[in-house]
Amino acid sequence: MTPPIISMRFDNPDNHRLAAYVASGGYRTLPKMFGMKPDDVIDEVKRSGLRGRGGAGFPTGMKWSFVPKSTDKPKYLCVNADEGEPGTFKDQLILKHDPHALIEGIITCCYAVGIHTAYVYVRGEYDFPIARFSAAVAEAYANGWLGKNIQGSGFDLDVVVHRGAGAYICGEETGLIESLEGKKGQPRPKPPFPAVVGVFGCPTVVNNVETLAALPWIMEHGASAYAAIGTEKSKGTMLFSISGMVERPGVYESEFGVNLWDFIETSTGGVKDGKQLKAVIPGGSSSAILTADEARAVKLDYESIAAAGSMVGSGAIMVLDEDTCVVKALEVVLRFYAHESCGQCPPCREGTYWMHEIVSRIRRGKGHVEDIDLLLSICPDMMGRTVCVLADSAAIPAASYIRKFRHEFEAYIDKANPPERRLHPGGVNLEAGAM
Amino acid sequence: MSHGSHAIASTGKPFAFSPENEKRFQELLPKYPTRRAVVLPALWLAQEQEGHLTVESMEYVAERLEQPAVTVFAVVEFYTMFKTEAVGKHHLQVCRTLTCTMRGCDDLQTMIERKLGIGAGEKTADGKFSVEMVECLGACGAAPVMRMDNRYWENLTVDKLERIIDACREGRDPASEDFDR
Repeated sequence: MTPPIISMRFDNPDNHRLAAYVASGGYRTLPKMFGMKPDDVIDEVKRSGLRGRGGAGFPTGMKWSFVPKSTDKPKYLCVNADEGEPGTFKDQLILKHDPHALIEGIITCCYAVGIHTAYVYVRGEYDFPIARFSAAVAEAYANGWLGKNIQGSGFDLDVVVHRGAGAYICGEETGLIESLEGKKGQPRPKPPFPAVVGVFGCPTVVNNVETLAALPWIMEHGASAYAAIGTEKSKGTMLFSISGMVERPGVYESEFGVNLWDFIETSTGGVKDGKQLKAVIPGGSSSAILTADEARAVKLDYESIAAAGSMVGSGAIMVLDEDTCVVKALEVVLRFYAHESCGQCPPCREGTYWMHEIVSRIRRGKGHVEDIDLLLSICPDMMGRTVCVLADSAAIPAASYIRKFRHEFEAYIDKANPPERRLHPGGVNLEAGAM
Repeated sequence: MSHGSHAIASTGKPFAFSPENEKRFQELLPKYPTRRAVVLPALWLAQEQEGHLTVESMEYVAERLEQPAVTVFAVVEFYTMFKTEAVGKHHLQVCRTLTCTMRGCDDLQTMIERKLGIGAGEKTADGKFSVEMVECLGACGAAPVMRMDNRYWENLTVDKLERIIDACREGRDPASEDFDR
């Protein structure tokens, strides 16, 4: 069993204080790093195989290398702590229990890319994690780990904690950038990518909290030690937020490549109250659902989960037991995306709204037989047609829940109510009052 | 896309930052290369000062940051945490997303309706409580959860939440009590 990397200090109740972090080896690798050439730091991270832990899984070192070397503009780091994908609750643990590991990771990234200002965008609801992390930043400044000439290295870095105000879409990197600029968090078309034109029109790296918190271990133990963990393409470990109908929900760290259900069962004690497993959502509410058989057969790594038709995403695993209603689950998931659509792209704004309306109608026992295929026909029109992937994030679970649990949807539909008796046969059948 | 109704309340009285918030505002300015980037932090200061935002405080923020008022209004309208009406002394934000639904948030809402006589988006007549069903709070491992009094209340049951509400009703500080006993 691989020793924990990200969560290794979580159990020390004093670890949020600088002294405890330093006593357990924190910050000790930075002086060595300041002696390295920045490009060599980027190479080290590239060779580690570290991929972004916010959901997209993009190789971190490669992302950094897209930032132009010669520019007369300042460069920025935006730390994405807008943890909002339903099922995800791991970054708040880093902010609360190992804030200096994040700060050390921020210093590492900024030194490698030549950045002197980092904004840490934390979701507004995280009162306590914001307070804890802000206190750690203040302590780092007071002890010369942030600010001018860090530990005599000649390297300057400012870290600003920026509080969000309640909008899931600000976890999308360009939505975050717009929000940080003081605007509505409506995502931007790409290209240009943030590495070239990011916040304040300047080259910008956007990295997730957990991604950055992995850097101190990588710099201390070396890229090859990190790359030796996991599988060929999914290197290292990841924090998995496991919630839903299990005995002991929580955040558990694992190397990649283990069996998905074995990992869930060993970590959490299995399905709550001895019930049967119905399904597993492996990567946040935007990922495709896996049946119990699929969850028992698949390995937990980017490629294996993708081959099973879903994704690792932000590592948010949700477990559905035999009593969980898939129709209700989809209704709740679609309500979320309809609520959080920023509204700028019609396929998303209208698609999420109407899919939620239709599933809600089915769940209330007022669905029509053709509603199921109507839903499936809407999905492709929402995918790949919008500025960001929020619309896809609604369509993907919808299609997968319906395809794998169609019988549950059919069970809600009144088969005694044939289409010809309705007001708008063949079209979107509006209930009275649905508009 | 339904980011709440924002009926904007005018107090009729002018707004200015308190001396303490003025100091915090001055500290914010050099941290950002543009004035506009200070809109969200400045709105947080204004909201903390008065409990909610008003026409006057939003116009004040716009003026201090040299922004058209409409850009500040649009920002306020977009984000769910900015409030343009007074919420209750205890504002219950109960999570209603997937894990919390699986673990019983509907029962919490039913109990709140029964106990306080208010549904989502409503406030008690004495102004003590208001309730809002919110999307994922990012604490699914402790579902069902709610946010109230600037902190999270986790692993809720109907009974536990009732006792938290009782403590608030009786004027005790719920944060100083252990409801898992």
